[in-house]
Amino acid sequence: MRRLLRVLLLIGILAVVLYPLAWMVGTSFKSPEEIVNNIGLIPEKFTPGNFSAGWNNFQLSFGRFFLNSVLVSVATVLGNVVSCLLAAYALGRLRFRLRGMWFAIMIGTLLLPGHVLIIPQYILFKSLDWVGGDFPYLPLIVPQFLATEAFFVFLMVQFMRGIPRELDEAATIDGAGPYAIFRHVILPLSRPALVTTAIFSFIWTWNDFFRQLVFLSDLSDYTVPVALTLFIDSTSESAVGPMFAMSLLSLIPVFLFFVAFQRMLVEGINTSGLKG
Amino acid sequence: MITAPPEPRLRPGPATPRRARGRSRQNLAGYVFLSPWLLGLMLITAVPMLLSLYLSFTDYDVLSPLSEVEWVGWDNYRRMFTDDPSYWHAVSVTVTFALVAVPLKLLAALGVALLLNRAFRAVGLFRGLFYLPSLLGGSVALAIVWVSMFNRDGAFNSLLGFFGVEGQPWVSDPRYALETLMLLAIWQFGAPMVIFLAGLKQVPAELYEAASVDGAGPARQFWHITVPMLSPVIFFNLVLETINGFQGFTAAFVLSNGEGGPVDSTLMYTLNLYINGFVKLDMGYASAMAWVFLIAIGLITAVLFRTGRFWVHYNDEGNG
Repeated sequence: MRRLLRVLLLIGILAVVLYPLAWMVGTSFKSPEEIVNNIGLIPEKFTPGNFSAGWNNFQLSFGRFFLNSVLVSVATVLGNVVSCLLAAYALGRLRFRLRGMWFAIMIGTLLLPGHVLIIPQYILFKSLDWVGGDFPYLPLIVPQFLATEAFFVFLMVQFMRGIPRELDEAATIDGAGPYAIFRHVILPLSRPALVTTAIFSFIWTWNDFFRQLVFLSDLSDYTVPVALTLFIDSTSESAVGPMFAMSLLSLIPVFLFFVAFQRMLVEGINTSGLKG
Repeated sequence: MITAPPEPRLRPGPATPRRARGRSRQNLAGYVFLSPWLLGLMLITAVPMLLSLYLSFTDYDVLSPLSEVEWVGWDNYRRMFTDDPSYWHAVSVTVTFALVAVPLKLLAALGVALLLNRAFRAVGLFRGLFYLPSLLGGSVALAIVWVSMFNRDGAFNSLLGFFGVEGQPWVSDPRYALETLMLLAIWQFGAPMVIFLAGLKQVPAELYEAASVDGAGPARQFWHITVPMLSPVIFFNLVLETINGFQGFTAAFVLSNGEGGPVDSTLMYTLNLYINGFVKLDMGYASAMAWVFLIAIGLITAVLFRTGRFWVHYNDEGNG
């Protein structure tokens, strides 16, 4: 009996929690009149036209913004996976001078708010002509290739702690140096941590707004989040449906990742214990 | 809690030439593998930090070359603390936001985690669905939906109407705009909840059994077993969510179209920093704000760690 009550309570809370998402899906299929008059979940008349209207709402098709977002996210994933793995191997498994100090500094940068560095970074990148330059995503991507996302370094160090030392020692006896151990022992065994890093770094970059807002200046370079804010400027009644439709589309990649890797994501924040 | 991983064990014995060579090889390899990170630390973190410290004592508008900055001494800081009411307003908005949203979010997370903890079959599904908002909630798209939901014609008012309460445009009312942002933050309680759940699993069931035998009811068990056993996880979530709470930007930007309105009611610290730096192009002043922010976050974290000593119990002290 108490068990049943608990499950019912949980279902109730879950309904409240999921309501906004369901409402977003419903509203993106509503006609302009219904958006004002029918606040319920389900549209009386399905209006898929919101999607084509939203897709073509600006001088550039929304597909362009999606491509830009994919480009930035994929490059970021690549950068984070490679550079954080290298740093984590050094900090977690190798023995070298000042290692403890570098590790402490890495932990320090973990808590460093990104907003503090954005102004000087902007000035530096601008003086290099990277902001609005030939390849306007350099300011977004280059830092990711330099392992600046300390969270992932930390996550991988934590993971590598769990790989038995005996493997390194056995490999050493067989004559393997640090590079061979990295290549043949650590790299294959670290795959779960690499996948977790890849998924989180894709989702965070896909959702990220602040850095993309600051570093992208031309409409044709805009990523999805920055483009979505253009809708806010023009919130006439008729733009609400298309705005919702594009918002919904923009969340689909994250949602698919969630469906495919749910367990891994939840476990990922557990092993490293971090945000979401 | 966070310590450097243990040094690889070296086999005992005098330093032979072979081992010494192995060590210098590792030394070199260590720096080879660390080099991208080191480069990033210098170019993307350290140099910008120093530059921003320098800029905070100058007047600079980005448009002119760096050589034309004007040194103004402590002027930016003086202006911030004594001559800019909107600065203090932003501080109070941010502190209010964090003070309300963070504890409520953690309470929601803990409450749902406790409900979920007693295993039943669908627990994995529930856990995943509660976590979903944490994945989506930081995005511009969701902020847009949220703001619409609390608009005059939004879903929230229709819900109130259902209970016979007259709705109003919450997001354009300076008395309530910040509250809608707090709700959005609380809505994303899934991430700390997942961490709580993992913590709850670590509490040995024998403790509860022993307490029941001694006649302790659920409330006493909660305060005397669950809370102390869970305190490291509570502390961890508290630190993390507090730091995140002070940095809220996206939703405030979306709600106010980047201006912090209505009547500055959603002028979060980072939004104010953005406006001063990138809209008013007052980069020297914004740099000073960034440094004060950094120091404030550092102090708050330090205070949390200090107070944590009194209520956080580490069960496995010494082998963390």
